[in-house]
Amino acid sequence: MDLENQKRVKEFADKYGAENIVVVLGAAEGEAAGLAAETVTNGDPTFAGPLTGVQLGLSVFHVCEPEIKDEIDEAVYDEQISMMEMVLDVDDIINEMTPIREDYCKYL
Amino acid sequence: MNSVIKGTSYVLVHVPDMVIHNGTTQTTERTVNPNSEYLKQIKDHLRSFEQVVAYLPNQTYIGNLIPEELGKYEQPWHDKNLDNADRFGKYGEIMPQDEFIILMQMCDVFDLVKLESSFLEGTKKKLKNHPLFDDDLMQRIKAGEDVAVIKKYVEEEHAEPLYHNGNLVGCVKRAHDLDVNLNAHVMHENLVSKASNVLALLNLVYKNNINREDIDYVIDCSEEACGDMNQRGGGNFAKACAEVAGFVNATGSDTRGFCAGPTHALIEAAALVKAGVFRNVVVSAGGATAKLGMNGKDHIKKGLPVLEDVLGGFAVLVSENDGINPEINLDLVGRHTVGTGSSPQAVITSLVSSLDKAGMKITDVDKYSVEMQNPDVTKPAGAGDVPLANYKMIGALAVKRGDIDKKDLASFTEQHGMQGWAPTQGHIPSGVPYIGFCREDILEGKIKNTMIVGKGSLFLGRMTNLFDGVSFIIEANKGKSEPQSTISEDKIKELIAQALKNFASNLMAE
Repeated sequence: MDLENQKRVKEFADKYGAENIVVVLGAAEGEAAGLAAETVTNGDPTFAGPLTGVQLGLSVFHVCEPEIKDEIDEAVYDEQISMMEMVLDVDDIINEMTPIREDYCKYL
Repeated sequence: MNSVIKGTSYVLVHVPDMVIHNGTTQTTERTVNPNSEYLKQIKDHLRSFEQVVAYLPNQTYIGNLIPEELGKYEQPWHDKNLDNADRFGKYGEIMPQDEFIILMQMCDVFDLVKLESSFLEGTKKKLKNHPLFDDDLMQRIKAGEDVAVIKKYVEEEHAEPLYHNGNLVGCVKRAHDLDVNLNAHVMHENLVSKASNVLALLNLVYKNNINREDIDYVIDCSEEACGDMNQRGGGNFAKACAEVAGFVNATGSDTRGFCAGPTHALIEAAALVKAGVFRNVVVSAGGATAKLGMNGKDHIKKGLPVLEDVLGGFAVLVSENDGINPEINLDLVGRHTVGTGSSPQAVITSLVSSLDKAGMKITDVDKYSVEMQNPDVTKPAGAGDVPLANYKMIGALAVKRGDIDKKDLASFTEQHGMQGWAPTQGHIPSGVPYIGFCREDILEGKIKNTMIVGKGSLFLGRMTNLFDGVSFIIEANKGKSEPQSTISEDKIKELIAQALKNFASNLMAE
């Protein structure tokens, strides 16, 4: 995850409380989504950014996961995301995201 | 009349020592974690020049392997070589680091590049056999320095060191004591961009038999900025590069738009030529040291060589219509506007829906050239196959528009797409790598048209959260037609006679 984004996530967690933050990802690949999810839960696995060694345990989902998709107005989802969903391997993304949430999320 | 694509060039520069010393992934690591395992391992994962030359995507970039042939090789490609690979290609060349360091000095007009004497003399001999380096360029090489002098510049005056095979062989001095925009780091980055752009310009005129004096205007569309503390991006790379390349009748300017820069620049060039402002406009760009080894950590973690070990450059000549070469159709320009929105769906729709203006279906475009990043580089880094993701999105849009059935999505990506082959140098893979091949494919009648798509992540500059993109169509030449006179001489005589007759009638009536 971009170092500046890590900084912003950390600032939001400090300001609003980690229990009040939900991170929504839009990565095109399961692996990339998993890396970002790990960063905001267990800390930056690349040991480069501000979240290195910081276990925020934030709630994190990919926008195509049912937990988020079901919350979005169908027409908006169709207009903004349906095409992307058509080309993504959503199952792969869910398979990457689920164990990370189970292992590291503190607020679910 | 529409302008045409008259020629292209594509160059790569293998710079393994710059991967270690100038790529931002490595420089950041050195700051944050100076004793890291990654920094210790990296030198053992660098490829030799011969390996880089034989690498299939690199041979494709310089025109020795066509995209269809590359697509036949099973991925990954880093463990396969092209037989009979050559550093010189149909469109350009792959230059080794030592020759490039000399080219940097040729491009330096402020005596900032200092080179160690024995390195300089040895490499100069190599360059004498290079077809592009004439006496004018060779005379730009300065006298060598003792290594102690170079060490002093590096250790006491913040000069940026230049290494070759791990040895200190020169440096780039700072151009000002206090101005951060002229410090040695920035001067090094800009001279690298300039020199790789110049290499592309030299190849453009050489490979396409173009007369340098005929070039009227150059547009540089790289991602660097040159200027001093009072105008950080003042420019002008384009004119500076044209000077070294010997384009004596040209001026130029710089166009920026992150990775979309080249496509913006090509639309501007086509408009300048179509409007009759200039007859021959070159769009070109050099490479970026910052992106070297960008995904190096992932590559090493997976036991691969560091694959981002080359700088990229290209040049395209846009000229007035000759009735032969493929045309740039400016009636079908697509653009992502401020109001478009930033979802990938909105972006691709805005870029491809320009076809509606001509009543065309998505399938009416034979090939789409998108972000042509080499998947060998991006897949191990978790970023997937970027061109394939783009083709899937265009295919998904075709499904939504009713141009194809959903079951044909996979075959759409094969028929209208290609495997990526360009290095991940930001602007370099964006739309433009296919222009050389598409010019030939259209001339040979293999395809009738292509859409060039450039996209840019503007939010990285922190001035806007917006995304950006532009697209245009290149199509077969429709034939040169002389502009028709709208009114004949006889008609003018007839009109004058009628006017005089009316005038006389009016006088008689009074």
